[in-house]
Amino acid sequence: MPVDPVNNAAGNERRQWLSILAKAQPGEVSAAWDDLSDPPAYSALRAPETGLVLVRGRMGGAGDAFNVGEMTVTRAAVRLESGETGIGYVAGRDRRHAELAAAVDAMMQAPTLRPVVEGAVVAKLARAQAQRRDTAARKAAATKVDFFTMVRTRGPQ
Amino acid sequence: MAYVSVKGGEKAITHAHQWLAEDRRGDPGVSELEVAQVREQLSLAVDRVMSEGSCYDRDLAALAVKQARGDLPEAIFLLRAYRTTLPRFGASLPVETEAMAVRRRVSAAFKDIPGGQVLGPTFDYTHRLLDFALAAEGGVAPEPAPQAEEPQAYPMPNIASVFRHEDLLEHDVRAEEPPEPYDLTRQPMKFPADRDQRLQALARGDEGFLLSLAYSSQRGWGSTHPLCGEIRMGEVAVEFVPDELGFAIEIGEVTLTECTMLSGFAGSAERPPQYTRGYGLTFGHCERKAMSMAIVDRALRHREVGEQADAPVQDEEFVLYHSDNVEASGFVQHLKLPHYVDFQADLQLIRRLRKEHFERRAALKEAAE
Repeated sequence: MPVDPVNNAAGNERRQWLSILAKAQPGEVSAAWDDLSDPPAYSALRAPETGLVLVRGRMGGAGDAFNVGEMTVTRAAVRLESGETGIGYVAGRDRRHAELAAAVDAMMQAPTLRPVVEGAVVAKLARAQAQRRDTAARKAAATKVDFFTMVRTRGPQ
Repeated sequence: MAYVSVKGGEKAITHAHQWLAEDRRGDPGVSELEVAQVREQLSLAVDRVMSEGSCYDRDLAALAVKQARGDLPEAIFLLRAYRTTLPRFGASLPVETEAMAVRRRVSAAFKDIPGGQVLGPTFDYTHRLLDFALAAEGGVAPEPAPQAEEPQAYPMPNIASVFRHEDLLEHDVRAEEPPEPYDLTRQPMKFPADRDQRLQALARGDEGFLLSLAYSSQRGWGSTHPLCGEIRMGEVAVEFVPDELGFAIEIGEVTLTECTMLSGFAGSAERPPQYTRGYGLTFGHCERKAMSMAIVDRALRHREVGEQADAPVQDEEFVLYHSDNVEASGFVQHLKLPHYVDFQADLQLIRRLRKEHFERRAALKEAAE
């Protein structure tokens, strides 16, 4: 029986780091990569290519799908010298973002290379995202309305 | 005959475009606007261009706004034209707006909506007085917005889920085997249109047109008596299944604005009385558009609730054929292009008709005398 790529621990882990790499800002990915002391060499399996993904919503918010519009997406695939392959699918048009996401994806799948990027790239990017999300969530909470009921009295009885 | 090609004028056109470039730049003594400044500081113009340009890319939309000198329908046209140069990798899974990292969420209908009324960065309750401090040069950056001790908890339940157990609000239905959604970028308009086709057209539709239609509905031309059930704006992850993987991964986040309008429904033989809902969803923070879209969506659902349809907002051919501002602008503005042959032909016809008219009159006059 084939392994369900979604419902197994390895698949879920990979989904998680691919999500972190995609949601990171291009400059952050590039800076984290440039900070690696000895990044491995890789070659392009698929040169970075920019295209569109049609974004779908749900009718009414929870019904069947409808097409909202497109978004730009850049994809790339790389192979490390050690043979591992990785892919990057990232929103926007930044070619280096897609290529580095693919390189990190490949390294995360290589037991010897994973420690090099797990903390210095993936966890670092995840922390930055959590920080941004937390800041926005605190700003949102600060604009929450506290209702109070005005009690009308007609003066002394 | 619409218009015929004409030759000549190349030099004049080149010179006109050079002047356009100079005018776009404006006074060279004033520093040039950077695309990043447009993206960051004219962000709602960028949002509208992404939404109606039907292409989510903040940098491209900002560039289009700069190139179009702030003419948003022109910028929308530029973005639509650019998107045709890119291949399509496929379609995303439907975004789950209930999981949105909400920056703003208000319900005008239900005060005690779980999660609370979160105002977010809004123009609401501002006094609409011009702020001359913004005109001062070398302005200081505003204080960072206050942060609560506890962050807003997500996911935030939406208005539909709140009343779900009581069946007071219409449920969204999902087919067991849902068909591929209608895609207006690949399929022509068809009538009668299903809701997926209508919502796609409205999502790309002109804000001004939809606003006026929604307003006409509120004023009684096909009224749905709406209440604003909920507006939410924030970030939602987009999931996509790449061919190489065969399973869904998140490829990024988009900012969306969603609106649910509630309309009372007195019930029919088959359906009990309950609230029906109109739905609006846009890229970016486009609240006026999302609200208008929700009202128009609900008005166009008249067949489902057995409403009499006699107002423009309920006429789907009228609404869908005229909501796209790239098409509308193209057809109106093509009248600027040379129509010399049409005019020549018209002139000949009118000259002949006039001649016949005067000859007839003269003949009648002679007969009368």
